[in-house]
Amino acid sequence: MPNNFSRDGFYHPIPSEITSRRVYEGRRDLIKLMAAGAAGAALASWSSRDALAQVAGTRPGKLTALPGVRSGQAGAVTMEKLTDYKDASSYNNFYEFGTDKADPASSAQGLPTSPWSVEVEGLIRKPARYTLEDMLKLSVQEERIYRLRCVEGWSMVIPWIGYSLSELIKRVEPLGSAKFVEFVTLADPKTMPFVGSRVLDWPYAEGLRMDEAMHPLTLLTFGMYGEVLPKQNGAPVRLVVPWKYGFKSAKSLVKIRFTEKQPGTAWNKAASNEYGFYSNVNPNVDHPRWSQASERRIGEDGLLSRKRKTLMFNGYEAQVGQLYTGMDLKKNY
Amino acid sequence: MKLRSFNALLLHRFAKTVVFGLALLPFCWLLLAMLTNQLGANPAEFLLRALGDWTLRFLCLVLAVTPMRVITGTSALARFRRMLGLFVYFYAVLHMLSYSWFDMGFELDDIAKDIAKRPFILIGFSGFVLLTALALTSFNRAIKTLGAKRWQRLHRLVYLAAGLAILHFFWMRAGKNNFAEVYVYAAILGSLLLWRWWYRVKRRPA
Repeated sequence: MPNNFSRDGFYHPIPSEITSRRVYEGRRDLIKLMAAGAAGAALASWSSRDALAQVAGTRPGKLTALPGVRSGQAGAVTMEKLTDYKDASSYNNFYEFGTDKADPASSAQGLPTSPWSVEVEGLIRKPARYTLEDMLKLSVQEERIYRLRCVEGWSMVIPWIGYSLSELIKRVEPLGSAKFVEFVTLADPKTMPFVGSRVLDWPYAEGLRMDEAMHPLTLLTFGMYGEVLPKQNGAPVRLVVPWKYGFKSAKSLVKIRFTEKQPGTAWNKAASNEYGFYSNVNPNVDHPRWSQASERRIGEDGLLSRKRKTLMFNGYEAQVGQLYTGMDLKKNY
Repeated sequence: MKLRSFNALLLHRFAKTVVFGLALLPFCWLLLAMLTNQLGANPAEFLLRALGDWTLRFLCLVLAVTPMRVITGTSALARFRRMLGLFVYFYAVLHMLSYSWFDMGFELDDIAKDIAKRPFILIGFSGFVLLTALALTSFNRAIKTLGAKRWQRLHRLVYLAAGLAILHFFWMRAGKNNFAEVYVYAAILGSLLLWRWWYRVKRRPA
């Protein structure tokens, strides 16, 4: 381990490598200057787009930096306005810490996230226990700006940092019999006050079909807004599956298991008539108690404006639609 | 002795104004919080839920008036019953308005479809219709026109409205299996209803 990896498992650059504040603050001007002329027309459009990217990359300055390179994956970077970091880190569903959306931000801060490791097991050739440090270095960290659509009818746009889960899956070499991937999350009654409540079965578990887990948009996520994940957002490592309702994106992972049978998932076990295994974002299949046709974008749609239309597969139909050809999505909700 | 002075306090000529002001406080607080952007990441949801909560709370309050009056012998409590009842309706109207506005954008077509489609909304809406009938017949002339007996029978429907409100709240919380608050309100309203039934049986001549 290089010595500038600190004990918390994150990369801290040595001081001489840090860009000076003056240069950093002038970066947009630099890019604008490029865009303005010298670089030529083609480069100019590229530069101005990069200038936008820099806006997205503005760090909140709360936690350890975790830089990611702009993802080249199709559909991985939406140009929509980012949700405020404050909203994204204070309006959370993380039931281990309580059912109110303000609970996680206030009671998750005592969650120990270092040391941390993830057990990868089941129908694979190379089962292993990965430390967080190993996982962070396993592939290039990318910044991906995804829409997040909660099953409750609200949405955000979040710049995540991580890499495709498929990078990990390829390394552990799944057997032909592995058809599903189960994600088991931490359930520690000592630090998670709601573990043991009757709301859900603990530990919170989620699952994906193998092809869904292998899809390049499925992100193994370590950070957001250029920093490591806040605890209330599922630190230190979580899943983000942008075309499914938010609860599929399990937080604070401790185990990834490859199975032949479809694994039981937390919300499906709690209310199978309301939450299916697939739980793809689908404006045409309503939740029994509310419509899924529209959503409220947090921090953006004003109190007085209408909700916006929800898109099929949360707008990722071009990328993931083919995973479900021939499937009755009303039945497999 | 203490109770008698409490009774006198309730008979004070400003007592109604004070209670009116107190009952308006939650509304003022929500309005202020809304205008100063203090309602969190999802202000629409916050308002909708807070207004539902306050409807239920005032429902508990107004239904507690008569039992409290009888049990403690503070007859002056009766003065506040109609006002509190109308505050139930006030918060119910705001709750209904924020649903129609924030969730449905005042599209009457969509609202009608939503009511027909979802039992959770239908139940809430039925409770609202009942409360509307009670609010419309809350003034003295209505009591005269209907006759006290018929008026009272009509206004006992408030218990049905309370039941519908609890069911509506229960269904809303069902997704999160989070029933603690639902049970608290149900227990309060249930015991108030039970007391009425017991009191009626007790008073009935043998």
